[in-house]
Amino acid sequence: MKESVKELNTAEKYVEFFRKNQPVISEGDPAYLLQLREKAIGLFEAEGFPPKKQENYRYTHLEPWFGKEFARYFRERKIAFDIDDLFSCDIPSLETRILMILNGFFYSNGQKGLTELDNGIIYGSLREATRRYPELVGQYLGKNAEMEHEPFVALNTAFAQDGIFLFVPGNQHLEHPIQIIHLLLSDTDQMVQHRNLFIAGKNSRADIIICDHTLSPHMFLTNSVTEIYAEENADVDIIRLQNEHNSSFQVTNTWINQERNARSRHSTITLHGGMVRNNLHVKLQGEGAHTEALGLFLIDKKQHVDNFTVIEHRQPHCTSHQQFKGVLDDDATGVFNGKIQVFQDAQKTEAYQSNNNILLTDTARMHTKPQLVIHADDVKCSHGATVGQLDEEALFYLRSRGISVEESRLLLMYAFANDVISRIKEPALKNRISHLVEKRLRGELSRCNCCRMQCQD
Amino acid sequence: MTNDQDKIIGEVTGGDYKYGFYTDIDTELFPKGLNEGIIRNLSAKKEEPGWMTEFRLKAFRHWQTMKMPDWAYLKIPEINYQDIIYYAAPRKKSRYESLNEVDPDLLETFNKLGIPLEEQKQLAGVAVDAVMDSISVKTTFQETLAELGIIFCSFSEAVKNHPDLVKKYMGSVVPYTDNYFAALNSAVFSDGSFCYIPKGVRCPMELSTYFRINAANTGQFERTLIVAEDDSYVSYLEGCTAPMRDENQLHAAIVEIIAMENAEVKYSTVQNWYPGDKEGKGGIYNFVTKRGLCKGDHSKISWTQVETGSAITWKYPSCILKGDYSVGEFYSVAVTNNHQQADTGTKMIHIGKNSRSTIISKGISAGKSNNSYRGLVKVLKSAENARNFSQCDSLLLGDRCGAHTFPYLEVDNRSAVVEHEATTSKIGEDQIFYCNQRGIDTETAIGLIVNGYAREVLNKLPMEFAVEAQKLLQISLEGSVG
Repeated sequence: MKESVKELNTAEKYVEFFRKNQPVISEGDPAYLLQLREKAIGLFEAEGFPPKKQENYRYTHLEPWFGKEFARYFRERKIAFDIDDLFSCDIPSLETRILMILNGFFYSNGQKGLTELDNGIIYGSLREATRRYPELVGQYLGKNAEMEHEPFVALNTAFAQDGIFLFVPGNQHLEHPIQIIHLLLSDTDQMVQHRNLFIAGKNSRADIIICDHTLSPHMFLTNSVTEIYAEENADVDIIRLQNEHNSSFQVTNTWINQERNARSRHSTITLHGGMVRNNLHVKLQGEGAHTEALGLFLIDKKQHVDNFTVIEHRQPHCTSHQQFKGVLDDDATGVFNGKIQVFQDAQKTEAYQSNNNILLTDTARMHTKPQLVIHADDVKCSHGATVGQLDEEALFYLRSRGISVEESRLLLMYAFANDVISRIKEPALKNRISHLVEKRLRGELSRCNCCRMQCQD
Repeated sequence: MTNDQDKIIGEVTGGDYKYGFYTDIDTELFPKGLNEGIIRNLSAKKEEPGWMTEFRLKAFRHWQTMKMPDWAYLKIPEINYQDIIYYAAPRKKSRYESLNEVDPDLLETFNKLGIPLEEQKQLAGVAVDAVMDSISVKTTFQETLAELGIIFCSFSEAVKNHPDLVKKYMGSVVPYTDNYFAALNSAVFSDGSFCYIPKGVRCPMELSTYFRINAANTGQFERTLIVAEDDSYVSYLEGCTAPMRDENQLHAAIVEIIAMENAEVKYSTVQNWYPGDKEGKGGIYNFVTKRGLCKGDHSKISWTQVETGSAITWKYPSCILKGDYSVGEFYSVAVTNNHQQADTGTKMIHIGKNSRSTIISKGISAGKSNNSYRGLVKVLKSAENARNFSQCDSLLLGDRCGAHTFPYLEVDNRSAVVEHEATTSKIGEDQIFYCNQRGIDTETAIGLIVNGYAREVLNKLPMEFAVEAQKLLQISLEGSVG
């Protein structure tokens, strides 16, 4: 930086960085991917990072995070470790197919990069899938996640090299949920940009659990994109469990595209994380599609969590339901920005949204901005938002029955969070998350819960 | 019943309304465009003191560095600020010789509102030969008010006669740096009203622009300043229920209110500027900055607005709740039809302890219009036990219109309780069927339902306004039912 004649801004640095490393980044890429990267970097260059106070990033200015110094690796680094020594999974009682991403690259652990089942289901490394199934992947990759005016998607599209690919063909369903464990483990501060692509064919079903974890105390910056396609009558359930340490910064971009009668449910549970921005964009493209977006965040210290959702009702008879809840302690900052957009002629839409937050201290802050943009008349839309504290009367009621203040507070907070948890379908997972939330509320869940190194920073 | 109410309105407003206008034969017009020279001339023309000219110039210089805001959910055609005449003496000449020349649509509306013929002529800009003794009316009111120590005059008069007050309060709530239109207004404002209620005085009548001579046509850039001292009360009405055919395209007004300890200010607006024709041609751009400061403890500012006119409305009457136990209220009905666009709402900034605010907003969109509610509730760290309740409902009539809600809640204090809820729906077919069944035709039924829907807000209007506002709602929505 110091020696450069012209000071480049953060965005320009990224563009320059891309150009310099392009051969390595796009090594072995099929032609369509090269084109996509080219387009992405062009759009990113034109747009840059969202400026301060930009409407969609009003309360979360991300550029400074991206301006920090991070190591970026474009080849998988061999890190000598034994995953079993380091990591114990949070959901032991649930039978899942575990796929791992280590620092943005698919971690095969000696197994195949792509698993192909007899019934046509494919899962594994996206990088391998782009090469082995160029047509299938090319048909979907980058088609849903918009890059115009979405600089983080554009940036990811330019840089992303690997991630998880899941394809469930028509009339098939995943026997066990796929659990994607996204691990960050490094000996330096590192930036990671991976990308996931899930395709659920007609009448298919897929359950996916994504867990974000940090395994070393370094500073991490993640900018990930997950594209999800639910074809006609497909059913997709995604649960994202975020549990990273406080010097990690994460931007997730999730784009769900739903055809006729498709159903989706996306739940984000944020237990820990220094700075988290979750962008969720759902497009209801076919009649009768239904989506649920759930979110729960429990934050303290100086954590900052920003949930941003857009639900596009593009066709008639679609329904959506959003519920986001937050408990904020210490100096934490929470943001909720939810938009329901009903397009012209999307009649008979039903869209509901609610956002409730509890502030536990005077230094915690909450910014909430629910929005309705409606261009059709035969709709039922509502949103509600509240910011408040625990109900004094409820507290008194519990205390009058001999329950201590601490315990009453916990009970009430737990009840508050339970609205979201109770909507999780899989019982084993529900119990597990419920347990984690309870532990988190009690302050017993350390952010290194799943790591066996116990190396508190 | 309506007739009785009409009579009351006639009594209260009719007589004075007519005199409120005067026909000036000042042909003085400034050249188009805006520069420091124009502002200096304008200031000189109004015989303003040096500090006023300086204020205008500072505002103008700041304005030049600003860009027009684009965050509102509005499509605003490019405005050429150099193509506007910034000083035109109040309407120079009557435009029509008799009512026969006036647009029959307009007359029809007047009749529906029950406006007396003489007034109709005034409003449409027909030359009125019946000369009333306007001076005496003016003085009668001013005498009553002066006895109580209330100052109620045009802004220019205030600058001349009460410079200390103006200097002290002007720009203290809406500084010229506040926003683009506020800066523009501060630079070129033509006139407006000034109102000062001394300590402990309860203003005995609703102060209204109706009663004020010389200010009804102050043109594009009005400025209002209301100061309510300790323990005082005033209710202020602004606007006009009848459609004003004004040739001005751009209106950028500022309203500032300061309420001291225990003071209460109630500000009601009915805005019915020309909304443009059915194809969306023409119409007023209404860009208004209204803000009240609850400076003292236990002070209260209440905004009530019925917005039915203007092609584009950009308006956010706000309250800064600085005093402990201060109260801010915002009641709004915004109706858009045809191609109208409205982005309106409020800001409630809680600074004082135990401050409370209520927001009730009812949006009604019809035709191809877009109607947005945009509101900010901000609770600062100091605002212990702040309380806010917001409700924003939107009613959609027709499948080509839009209703949007953009609330912002920013809470920095845990003892605060902030609630917001919004719904969007259309009129239930069962409700219309019920009315039809009882012999009420669909159009009347919709009027009935809309009035019921907006009742919560209309009830907050002073009586004179409320009745007319109800009719106005009906008229604004006419033809919107296919």
